[in-house]
Amino acid sequence: MSGLSLKELNNEIPVRLASGHRLCAGCAESIIARQVLMGTEKDVAVSCSTGCFEVSTTIFPYTSWKVPMVHTAFGNGAAGAAGLETAYKSLKRQGKTDKDIKFVNFAGDGATYDIGLQALSGAMERGHDMLFVCFNNEAYMNTGIQRSSATEKGASTTTSWNGSESYGKKEFPKDMTAVMVAHNIPYVAQAAPHAWRDLVQKAQKAFNCGGPSFINAISPCPRGWRFASSDTISISKLAVETCVWPLFEVENGEYHLSPESQRIADGKAEKKPVTDWFASQGRFKHLMDERWSDVVEDIQIELDRRWNKLIKLSDMSSGSE
Amino acid sequence: MTAKAGKDLAINGDGAVALAWKQLNPDVCAAYPITPQTIIVEDFAKYVANGEVDTEFVDVESEHSALTLCTTSSAAGARTFTATASQGLAYMWEMLPITAAMRVPVMMAVANRTVSGPININNDHGDVMSARDTGWLSIFSENVQEAYDMSIIGLKIAENPEVQLPVLVNLDGFILTHAIERMTPLESHVVKEFIGPFKPLHPLLDTDHPVTHNLMDGPLYYFPHKYQMVLAMENALGVAKDVFAQFKEISGREYHLVEEYMCDDADYVAIVLGSSFGTMKEAVDRLRAEGMKVGVAMPRVYRPWPAEELAKLVKGKKGVLVMDRHLSIGSYGPMYPEICAAAAMNGEIPKMYNFIYGLGGADTMVSDFMSCYKMVDSGAAKTVNFVGVKE
Repeated sequence: MSGLSLKELNNEIPVRLASGHRLCAGCAESIIARQVLMGTEKDVAVSCSTGCFEVSTTIFPYTSWKVPMVHTAFGNGAAGAAGLETAYKSLKRQGKTDKDIKFVNFAGDGATYDIGLQALSGAMERGHDMLFVCFNNEAYMNTGIQRSSATEKGASTTTSWNGSESYGKKEFPKDMTAVMVAHNIPYVAQAAPHAWRDLVQKAQKAFNCGGPSFINAISPCPRGWRFASSDTISISKLAVETCVWPLFEVENGEYHLSPESQRIADGKAEKKPVTDWFASQGRFKHLMDERWSDVVEDIQIELDRRWNKLIKLSDMSSGSE
Repeated sequence: MTAKAGKDLAINGDGAVALAWKQLNPDVCAAYPITPQTIIVEDFAKYVANGEVDTEFVDVESEHSALTLCTTSSAAGARTFTATASQGLAYMWEMLPITAAMRVPVMMAVANRTVSGPININNDHGDVMSARDTGWLSIFSENVQEAYDMSIIGLKIAENPEVQLPVLVNLDGFILTHAIERMTPLESHVVKEFIGPFKPLHPLLDTDHPVTHNLMDGPLYYFPHKYQMVLAMENALGVAKDVFAQFKEISGREYHLVEEYMCDDADYVAIVLGSSFGTMKEAVDRLRAEGMKVGVAMPRVYRPWPAEELAKLVKGKKGVLVMDRHLSIGSYGPMYPEICAAAAMNGEIPKMYNFIYGLGGADTMVSDFMSCYKMVDSGAAKTVNFVGVKE
């Protein structure tokens, strides 16, 4: 691939996921998947964990997939992709295939942070040459917006409602990206679909890193987050601007903030308050009530702590170069 | 213990399975250790370490991932084996019907062990009976030789294009897995020729012909897809008979859908699975010496269920003893209703007795089995009996 212009991406990479699928209008998952699949010119075989994306692209007798795709169950997507990669490794070594194939698993946050964590950790530790992509829409959307360990503190979900005695989910989200960094795999990144060039570049690096890789992409969900389906991309952008979802990559243990987040760290772009984020989505609407002002303050403090830590990690890596 | 093929060996059941695997030379093997299966993967891992097989061996982090990895690697186009027991099979359970529905001929050795709780590492058939309804072929072995033979036969049936279902090869935990017996293996080249190369249908690695495996079915398609598996199971009965005949030609050893011992003229026949078949043959010999006309049989192939052969077996008998090494608590042992159903095909049903025995490895001796026949003959037997348990 000579460059990363929209024209070149469009002309040089075949469409691997057809536009005919049954995801909701405004769902970011298919956008992210198409960007990830632009990350390699080689053949790709796909595995999917159970979830919105898998269900919506494979309703028999139709499939949206123009590349090989396999789904088995919810918690084992990483093992599914590892199976494809292992078969490939074996057949390639034995001279039974002359193909050059890349492997990727797509999963929601439930199938990554929660029920899928064990299989994911195992596959990464074993070093399979595969990419695992998390569409992080911050709740179990396929079953109807129940909280996950990726759900933000304060969000109202169908199992962590806001109510007279509750401001929504009580806990801060798990730092899954850091968990994957702790596996010391060659490539880990956080990405967002509005930053398409950044995301495609991250996919390229992930596919070419020669080992296991992980991309955690925030995936705005109009139904679950309560915003207009036309706002997906602007919501994605706001997640980065408020540092709710900083963009960065970790190559061989070295942290690097990605351009949009780097500009904020450098003071060249505004770091927006988390209240802007809350005001943009119905799931946080109740937090605008003054009675929860302490909670909002608490969340801003924690987000700042995590953001400042990330800047330090990135500075440390830059300093070591 | 790792072994060489050809001449007679003194080998345990796990070692015999590992030897069969070596000769079958799978492309991929993924497994997680669990007693009493572990020796299979340990022995096989040695073959891998010494370059005696072409296999990619994956030390997965759980049985759930073991079967997932085997399933997708088989769908990708690789011949794939795994092994487990007890809790491991229970942990795999979510994947069992998926593997079968994907129609990938994964082979799994099951070193039959009871399931917790309480935790217990010894033999019964509680693990594999939980897999009964999942669409896997299920084959039983009486001794170490058969554990070896069934590993070869099982794969050949599973990979037949008319079948294309995964297969469970059962061997009783400890009783066979750890018992050293004399065993006659085949020459490796004979096994290789017998089994032939793996010919996957619609492999995922064929990127020129992309396919999607395991799509979502609505009610319109789910039931018809299950029915296709019913047909595949029916085909497997005929295919198994053919494979038994082919295997006899290369080995001289003869197998049947239902193995029978002294059943033709028997008043009472017992039906049993696994290593107890051997123990019961001895019980039959001793009772025959006392003048009782008794026999015993074993469904070699448990799934598909050889109903016609079993119906023929029990026809006209005075009584039938169904020996179950598992129990559906609150009902019968798993084989009892199925034998009754097979018997019902004849119109007239003999007296049917269920004997639950040997749970959690409880020793069941020749004398215990002799007592079962005598209880039936004397009228002391109830419908459901618990061998060796004070009621």
